[in-house]
Amino acid sequence: MQEVYNQVKKQPDFQKLVKLRKKVSLTLTSIVILSYFSFILIIAFYPDIFSQKISPDNATTLGIVVGLLIILLSIFLTGIYIYIANKKFDVINNKIIKKLEQ
Amino acid sequence: MYTRFFLILSLFTTFSIYAGNNQHANTNNINITAVIMFLIFISITLAITYWAAKKTRSASDFYTAGGSISGFQNGLAIAGDYMSAASFLGISGLVFASGFDGLIYSIGFLVGWPVILFLLAERLRNLGKYTFTDAVSFRLKNLPIRSSAACGTLAVVILYLIAQMVGAGKLIQILFGLPYSMAVSIVGLLMICYVTFGGMLATTWVQTIKAILLLFGATILALAVLNEFDFSFNLLFKEAISSHHLGESIMSPGGLISDPVSAISLGLALMFGTAGLPHILMRFFTVKNAKQARSSVFYATSFIGYFYILTFVIGFGAIVLLTNNSSFLDDVGNILGGNNMAAVHLSKAVGGDIFLGFISAVAFATILAVVSGLTLAGASAISHDLYASLFCSGKAQEKKEVMVSKISTVILGLAAILLGILFEKQNVAYMVGLAFAIAASVNFPILFFSMYWSKLTTKGAFFGGAAGLITAILCVLFGPIVWVDILGNANAIFPYKYPALFSMSIAFIAIIIVSYLDKSEQAKKEIKAFDNQFVRAQTGIGADGPVEH
Repeated sequence: MQEVYNQVKKQPDFQKLVKLRKKVSLTLTSIVILSYFSFILIIAFYPDIFSQKISPDNATTLGIVVGLLIILLSIFLTGIYIYIANKKFDVINNKIIKKLEQ
Repeated sequence: MYTRFFLILSLFTTFSIYAGNNQHANTNNINITAVIMFLIFISITLAITYWAAKKTRSASDFYTAGGSISGFQNGLAIAGDYMSAASFLGISGLVFASGFDGLIYSIGFLVGWPVILFLLAERLRNLGKYTFTDAVSFRLKNLPIRSSAACGTLAVVILYLIAQMVGAGKLIQILFGLPYSMAVSIVGLLMICYVTFGGMLATTWVQTIKAILLLFGATILALAVLNEFDFSFNLLFKEAISSHHLGESIMSPGGLISDPVSAISLGLALMFGTAGLPHILMRFFTVKNAKQARSSVFYATSFIGYFYILTFVIGFGAIVLLTNNSSFLDDVGNILGGNNMAAVHLSKAVGGDIFLGFISAVAFATILAVVSGLTLAGASAISHDLYASLFCSGKAQEKKEVMVSKISTVILGLAAILLGILFEKQNVAYMVGLAFAIAASVNFPILFFSMYWSKLTTKGAFFGGAAGLITAILCVLFGPIVWVDILGNANAIFPYKYPALFSMSIAFIAIIIVSYLDKSEQAKKEIKAFDNQFVRAQTGIGADGPVEH
């Protein structure tokens, strides 16, 4: 196994996979963490922002809209990750494994 | 058989919605529909357990259903594991009581999922075999790591289990009119049955069926609410504001989060606690490979997110439909059975006794599924991490290992019944919070560093995890909930309700410092082994595959 791992490590495709996955996971994780903690901190520091109504004759407040958007964003971002993983990660990974078999 | 059951249920519920809300039966009587539906659920799940028992022979079958579960089903099972009765009844009850604040909790419970997907899911599946501890001990020393991770697992499992059992006992008492200790015993014995005989396969099916029933029931409930308001959220909110004693303020942030420290602390516990729950992490080994593991998180996130939107609608619906209906209120105008009963009463308000029966049975099923998953995770920590890997140094006979896990299941189940009865009159709400805090400050940091930081050593992980565990427990013990509310002292020594900000930071700092200070030969070997671990985590080469039957 040690030899296999050494061989994989040297492959340029492996470096590419690592770099790409790092970029994608870091970006998406930061978006989730930033949006969630801004939501929480606005509630803690400036709750009035979220008390605003979205229009004068609508009872819905900005907080409810933002809250629901964060739920939808979470689902959407996991979908994006799956899409990139299926389209990109797996293709590179299969290349790595194919090269290994040769 | 299952499809037929589903058809009958949907017929019942459609019928009862058309029947309208003109029934005023006494809620104290045992609800016959609830009992019948629950008996149907039990018969089906026991039949599945019987079928699963015949297929469950090896250790791999018992812990991970042989890695044979599909990504979609695992997604449903994860959702079934995660959407507890506490989140269904508790969050809709919180929305009912204070409106917007309920949403803060549900969002916190959801945002951990994308993080699990982006950072952990694939690597965990590639590195581990049965438990998350397998992944951590890939390059670290077995003895200290397995024992501390098993402690982390058991602490989380037992706290969570007590909270679920006490909640279950009280709920069943109200719903079915059974005595508390009997309710707790029924839940405990059924769960022992599912897990000991059917292992992960039966547990997965119980969770899957429960998830479908819960999503279905909550959807009908939310649609029935929206139907009352011509599918206009604006109308629903306006009516809610005029019905609720807090008026306009139910639409804005209330008292749940008042200071920034508590806010961040709660946020951290919810977000990273999810990523450290052992019964959830274990589910990633029930699928074939990393690809299936990640797709199961996508399905799970979608189901859970959708479910939380439903609970929000249900909570607001309850504000309007229950507060204006005296048959659901006591003499002083409070809701019968407490806020947590909002969703249950609402089901009666919109669908009569039959729908009430259905939702009650779903709530019971929900509890069963969650406690089964927890017990399986706890039993695996005992049999796989402690017995097979430590006591027998990885050379345990498979038959004996499975036997030990079954015995552990029975012991954990009986302990859960006993603790459930002991804690009947206690406030157990803090236990879920503590479980999340421990998961976020012990399991998550160890797992995260083992995958992402090459310089992590065994000593670093061990002492860091221990520091996180001790800090979390002390902060809760000396905090406002236990020290003041339960023990009756005047002032809290630790002023904040949620310890995660402190316990997580201490765990992270201790892990880093101790790892840096560790200059032993063992540490050098462990750091060197990171490269191999990294290749396997990224590519899945050498990962444990599914077992063919």
